[in-house]
Amino acid sequence: MIETKNLKFRYDEEKLGLVLDDINLTIKDGEFVAVLGHNGSGKSTFAKQLNAVLMPLGGSVCIDGIYTSDEKNLWDIRSKVGMVFQNPDNQIIASVVEEDVAFGPENLGIAPDEIRKRVDFALKAVDMEKHRGAAPHNLSGGQKQRISIAGIIAMMPKYIVLDEPTAMLDPKGRKEVMETIKFLNREHKITVILITHYMEEAAKADRVVVMEKGKVIVDDTPEMAFANVALLKDVGLDVPQVTDLMYRLRGSGINVHHNLLDEKACADEIVRALEEK
Amino acid sequence: MLKDITIGQYLPGNSVIHRLDPRTKILLIVAFLIVLFTVGNFAGYLALALFLFAVNKIAKVPFKMLVKSLKPLLFFVIFTAVINLFLTRGEPIFKWGIITITKEGVRLTIAMSLRLIFLVIGTSLLTYTTSPIVLTDGIESLFRPLSKIGFPAHEIAMMMTIAIRFIPTIIDETDKIMKAQSARGSDFESGSLIHRAKALIPILVPLFVSAFRRADDLATAMECRCYRGGEGRTKLKAIKMKRIDAGAFLISAAVFAVVIVMNWL
Repeated sequence: MIETKNLKFRYDEEKLGLVLDDINLTIKDGEFVAVLGHNGSGKSTFAKQLNAVLMPLGGSVCIDGIYTSDEKNLWDIRSKVGMVFQNPDNQIIASVVEEDVAFGPENLGIAPDEIRKRVDFALKAVDMEKHRGAAPHNLSGGQKQRISIAGIIAMMPKYIVLDEPTAMLDPKGRKEVMETIKFLNREHKITVILITHYMEEAAKADRVVVMEKGKVIVDDTPEMAFANVALLKDVGLDVPQVTDLMYRLRGSGINVHHNLLDEKACADEIVRALEEK
Repeated sequence: MLKDITIGQYLPGNSVIHRLDPRTKILLIVAFLIVLFTVGNFAGYLALALFLFAVNKIAKVPFKMLVKSLKPLLFFVIFTAVINLFLTRGEPIFKWGIITITKEGVRLTIAMSLRLIFLVIGTSLLTYTTSPIVLTDGIESLFRPLSKIGFPAHEIAMMMTIAIRFIPTIIDETDKIMKAQSARGSDFESGSLIHRAKALIPILVPLFVSAFRRADDLATAMECRCYRGGEGRTKLKAIKMKRIDAGAFLISAAVFAVVIVMNWL
């Protein structure tokens, strides 16, 4: 369980106020949480707090009962909370896929046989076994990002924080990565914290947290979170296309349910509304 | 055009030479170079030539590739050959105007040219048959004893690994920046040398900025993956000396001994 209590943070050079302002969140094991927010909302800073890349200025971050502020827990926390960043090119260390996936376990001092097992497992989990001997620069963006994820999986973390992992990818790569993330959450029961600004991705989570100016303004299921279209538009966020369509239909006086995220459910709802008329 | 630069020269294969421990190959190359510079007669060169030829046959490196590896050094070989040929004093065997060729000059020219050629072929055989990663592991392992006196063996190996990994990325980036600057009207192809050198500045500045940004990101990513230096690190593929390494040492030692002994014949 990840718990933040009254978490406050500010970068030294910024005199503009707090980047994180009193964040209280509890993330349960096995959850898939999407953190949404506009640029500068503090969502990436929040992500970096979760594995002690940044330390709280006030309040606390607690991972399974271990506080990130305690220096001697640093490596425990980092092997528990894996982190995937935006640019796959800047997080791949070795020039052969499997060597890169092995990097984390190697740092943890795990025996070679066990590393081999973990590398095989991780590559299978992201469906990249076929490319184990490939050079990363010959892979597509989506494939590279999946290798980055495998590199984290091989460390067997309980939690994975993904900081806009699809921001630099094309639609195909984005889809591949999202499927991998969902698969890991569903099949391997890894807790996922996905930082994103794509509504469609957030809609696939169990829970959506919306941040704005360092504060959490929404924390709910995707259906309920996106139902508040006016609030989201107010803070410069969009809503998924389906939600937007329903919102507009309601605005023009058609009686449809507004908290729908699935395209098929949406189509059915429109049919129902038409039949009702 | 930048894509054409080949990185490393590794030719994947599965020959005995490929499978040798990188440390074996590095040590043998060093021994080979030492022997090469002690050779005093042509029988010695012949023996070493046969040795290289045999290694090359076993490793199945195409002859074409060896010739290719010699190309960049061709000028250097010819240059030293000319200097040695015309400027060595001794017993003249040919005289025409101010040009004098001596017997010693001819000997020295042939010896030096052969040494340079053998040196390049020998080291190329190492890089052709050993992947950069394995080579780095070998270097790290060989220098590890020196880390007791403060030599940063692991750090150097890690830097080499990262450098190799980032060469294609940086080349891609350079390509992109060049195109972006061309689109803004930069001209890299014409003008004087100074003009062209100046045109490189708008490429190098963004390239450096981005390289530093990458380095920063990479450092964070490495820390997030629990990297804390070489201390306590294990390896996926631990390099291990095997029986074939012992064999390689024995055979090479025999060849080198013969070559050295031939010096006194």
